[in-house]
Amino acid sequence: MNVVRSVVRHRLFWPIVALVVLVVASTLKSPTFLDITVRDGHLFGGPVDILRRSSVLLLVALGMTLVIATRGIDLSVGAVMAIAGAVALTQIAASPDPGSLATVSAAIGTALVIALLIGLFNGFLVAVVGIQPIIATLVLMTAGRGIAMLITGGNITTVTSQPYKTLASGYWLSLPVAAIIAGVVFAATALVTRRTALGVLIESVGINPSASRLAGVRARTIIWTVYVVCALFACLAGFIRSADTMAADANNIGLFIELDAILAVVIGGTSLAGGKFSLTGTLVGTLVITTLTLSITILGIPANAVSLFKALVVIAVCLLQSPVVQHRMRARRRRTAPVPVEVPA
Amino acid sequence: MTDTQTATSTATLDEPRPVVTMTGISIGFPGVKALDGVDFRLFPGEVHALMGENGAGKSTLIKALTGVYQVDAGTVLVDETPVTFTGPAQAQAAGISTVYQEVNLCDNLSVAENIMLGHEVRRFGVVDWPATRREARTHLATLNLDIDPRSQLSSHSLAVQQLVAISRAMVVDARVLILDEPTSSLDADEVARLFDVVRALRDRGVAILFVSHFLEQVYALSDRMTVLRNGTLVGEYRTADLPRVELVQKMIGRSLEVLERLEEAPKPVVAAREDTRPYLQAIGLGRKGSIEPFDLDVYAGEVVGLAGLLGSGRTELARLLYGADHADRGELRVEDRPARLRTPRAALARKIVYSSESRKTEGIIADLTVRENIVLGIQAQRGWVRRVPRKKADEVVDRYVEALGIRPANPDALAGNLSGGNQQKVLLARWLATQPKLLLLDEPTRGIDVGAKAEIQRLVADLASQGMAVVFISAELEEVLRLSHRIAVLRDRRKVAELVNTDDVTTDDVVDLIASAGTADDPSGPPPPDEVQDVQLFGKEDRA
Amino acid sequence: MSTDQLTRRLRGRTPAADAAAPSRRWRLDDRYLPVLGTVVVLVVMLVVAGSRYDNFLTGRVMANLLINNSFLVVLAVGMTFVILTGGIDLSVGAVVALSSIVSAWMLTHGWPATVAIPAAILTGTLIGLAVGVMVHVFEIQPFIATLAAMFLARGLCYLVAPESIPIADPTIVALARTRWGPEDGFVLTPSGLIALVVVAVAFVLLHYTRFGRTVYAIGGGEQSARLMGLPVARTKVLVYVISGTCAGLGGLLFAIFSRSGYALTGVGMELDAIAAVVIGGTLLTGGSGFVLGSVLGVLVLGLIQTAITFEGTLSSWWTKIVIGGLLLVFVVLQRLLALRRT
Repeated sequence: MNVVRSVVRHRLFWPIVALVVLVVASTLKSPTFLDITVRDGHLFGGPVDILRRSSVLLLVALGMTLVIATRGIDLSVGAVMAIAGAVALTQIAASPDPGSLATVSAAIGTALVIALLIGLFNGFLVAVVGIQPIIATLVLMTAGRGIAMLITGGNITTVTSQPYKTLASGYWLSLPVAAIIAGVVFAATALVTRRTALGVLIESVGINPSASRLAGVRARTIIWTVYVVCALFACLAGFIRSADTMAADANNIGLFIELDAILAVVIGGTSLAGGKFSLTGTLVGTLVITTLTLSITILGIPANAVSLFKALVVIAVCLLQSPVVQHRMRARRRRTAPVPVEVPA
Repeated sequence: MTDTQTATSTATLDEPRPVVTMTGISIGFPGVKALDGVDFRLFPGEVHALMGENGAGKSTLIKALTGVYQVDAGTVLVDETPVTFTGPAQAQAAGISTVYQEVNLCDNLSVAENIMLGHEVRRFGVVDWPATRREARTHLATLNLDIDPRSQLSSHSLAVQQLVAISRAMVVDARVLILDEPTSSLDADEVARLFDVVRALRDRGVAILFVSHFLEQVYALSDRMTVLRNGTLVGEYRTADLPRVELVQKMIGRSLEVLERLEEAPKPVVAAREDTRPYLQAIGLGRKGSIEPFDLDVYAGEVVGLAGLLGSGRTELARLLYGADHADRGELRVEDRPARLRTPRAALARKIVYSSESRKTEGIIADLTVRENIVLGIQAQRGWVRRVPRKKADEVVDRYVEALGIRPANPDALAGNLSGGNQQKVLLARWLATQPKLLLLDEPTRGIDVGAKAEIQRLVADLASQGMAVVFISAELEEVLRLSHRIAVLRDRRKVAELVNTDDVTTDDVVDLIASAGTADDPSGPPPPDEVQDVQLFGKEDRA
Repeated sequence: MSTDQLTRRLRGRTPAADAAAPSRRWRLDDRYLPVLGTVVVLVVMLVVAGSRYDNFLTGRVMANLLINNSFLVVLAVGMTFVILTGGIDLSVGAVVALSSIVSAWMLTHGWPATVAIPAAILTGTLIGLAVGVMVHVFEIQPFIATLAAMFLARGLCYLVAPESIPIADPTIVALARTRWGPEDGFVLTPSGLIALVVVAVAFVLLHYTRFGRTVYAIGGGEQSARLMGLPVARTKVLVYVISGTCAGLGGLLFAIFSRSGYALTGVGMELDAIAAVVIGGTLLTGGSGFVLGSVLGVLVLGLIQTAITFEGTLSSWWTKIVIGGLLLVFVVLQRLLALRRT
């Protein structure tokens, strides 16, 4: 009984329920949904597909989780993805040998340096100038796509480069490379935040910035770090997304991904008010959103209606997690329990 | 409880019916019982003082009456009709107005708006601003307050803002006016003016509930008082029938003995040693607009008390020593070496720690556990890469939870759920764990219960006797006198005197210093030498 | 004795603490400084553009500035209410699309304009109401609640009609074609008029009603407003209803402007509205700002676009970069202003 209660009360209970419902519904409609087949030594099937498709969102959402934990938000991640794709693909296209590994590495390096600068810029506005994160990152969200267009000259550059394409559609050890990249980044982030003190210091800064500073925590450096990390992760996501189409489409790469990423974080139980964060929660949130998109196609619902279902899931999860509903549910449980008699002093 | 009955039985004959009757009020918060079966009555045309120490439940009772909190048990009658207010708006509609301790107005709006908001004069459905401002001016005039109603609230001092809040409370024809520590930011003239207004209102039949920490004000103004202690009712008394000493005993209860025992504890003897160097030495240290340049030496093994009024620069001084604010002039030397403290980290590196007066906003990280809060100080020094090993963390946490008696003794409890006194101990543990040599304590005993207060005082004395240097700030002079070896007196953002706390120094001496120093001379010049007591230096060698 | 008691005894002798008050009187009220900045930017842009391009400072160009941005003016007005309380509304762009598509769908399915027009506006009102309830009753952060509303509205758009629906209704066509004023001079269209009326109504609401002052009070401090006995709950729900209604009306204006309804209109329009409000001098923390400032903000955005069109050689993406740059300048300036105040 107590086990059931604590399971139901766990903050990931409802998101996982949503995930299971989606998977079950998809399997009922398409019984082969959960089957995994091996073709040319590569794994195929529903679950693998979910993992591959989740990679971009997971990368962005991981960075977002850390930013949100410091009471921040980063709206510029979509624009950073567009810039990353634009920089990498333009540089590859301009090189004499687009197919060589050296060219691709150099292009990726350039894009990462630019993402680093963007992260430093955002972090500077938030940590040093003291501008609210939502508005500080709105600057680059607006200007960033313009900058990406500037880089591509407004053209959708299409490139052929096998090493770069591998990022999105390649396989390694019979697993999609994109999923491996996201998985490695997830594991590394989890390891770094939880095995070092970074996680608890981020939380401490998010819960009470001035107390943290007086306790000797380098609050400014930590805030700066999370924005840089967030931009770098978004840059990686930008590589995968642009490698998918091999076209530097500055207008559409990563469009509205910041919203999906924030949703994934919130569904995963990290509060937008900062403080305690859960990377596992973010993973679950990401899987819910990706599975939702996939299930809708399987269930034969027009793909355009995806946002409607997204809205319903968000509203449902947020309502169930909202303090008011939680309080009512707890009150109902309490009413059935015997009321202790109070002895007046 | 019997006190109430005797008081009531003698009172009923000559008094009208109460306008407010609260019976058996209980309110609980997670882990705390804020009010436990409290009765309270309020009659028209009286000033009724609500008395009790911090945490006795005064504010909670007021919030129960005004509908900010919902009661768990008990009834509230207004005019002998049961009411359940769900918010201040409803209470106001029923004629109950409140002026809170902290000014609860909107400082982005004008004075007139703050007074009239919700009661503006309207014509054809839109606000008639000239008429509204005229009315605001009349309300201000009743308080003899001559300020432009169009000026922004934030452009006025706290005292004026408090009077504006009282004007606002009078806009609705209140039958019950609650004044929750309304005088804490007013000067003598303003208090006198306020009291005249309050008496005039009382004579018009308004029931006034008055909360104040200042006994002389309570005795000057109130007709009757209700005393609370630890969320329970001690009794209801006529002010004239209750001598001050008895009132204080009823407020403090038997915990008084604890204080008395500490009082008897001998002050550790500090031997004067000419050859020792101070641990910390401030020479002409100052910051523009914050604190005038001051000299201060702190030796290992001694407690230096900072005495002064609210806003005298006590906190500002400590923050400069910690690098929480940057000094823009003067020199700071730590262990005889120059030290430029630009951040708290720099101070920590020199074994100086500072516990802020605002425990909630600058101390505790509420959503982290007790363990994480205690380890935070050490961790911050190590940087994020080298995490404090779990084993070491447990060791440190267990040691301090045990040594300081932190309750609950559960390192995994969220720090935010602890009582004020225990949060303070967690903060002390955080700092002690960094093994500091100089401890700056800013109001470490404010707002915590008497028992915890005594424990923290004893801890400070023990730490000093073990060789730690302590700078101790408190609004309570008795406390400063009890603990300190030397006392630096501050006034108007200047250090005006320093005296050695020998046995014959009394609170009155310090009060005289605070009151007299610096008043006669030009405020910008240095204090006259005859008013600055000779500084005697003390040191200690047993820094074991 | 506690030192706090002494405070009283001694304060009588100290000079009045509010010496700062009189010195402020001759200075410009700090609240107007951000708006003044917007005015300066607007004037500078007009002067520079006017001297660079012929035919820029003509009635026609200026009239088009208002007419082409009338829907954005209406959105920015609604957004101002929300931001003044310290909230944010991300749903307005999607609501614009929904409202335009609802009106187009109803008109092509035989409903008269007298029904379709109010229905389109009401769609926005309902979504605003839903957001208000989520924010207030369920204490969901405005950011998330309006984000959910945004997805909901977009989803509903595709449910009604995934493709663009042209509008041939005579009323709408008449509204789109009517022009008052000289042919080559400053003309006014019904859309422009509606926008001006909305601004006027919002101005009166904000400055001359209890509701409006409560909006400012909540932005100044929600807890204080509650303790002052102001109707915080009702007001907070109402600002989202107003923003939703404005978005509904904006969608209608957009439908008139484009004479069609399409699920993909208004993508990112919420950002333009937020940018206009911020450039217009309203603080995102709430409590300070003016609806007229937001109108100026829209005009600045429109002017950037017009100027870049006039320049001809500049590509369209410069608009975004310039807007981003302006945003940066304004938020940094606001921040410096706030720092100076403390």
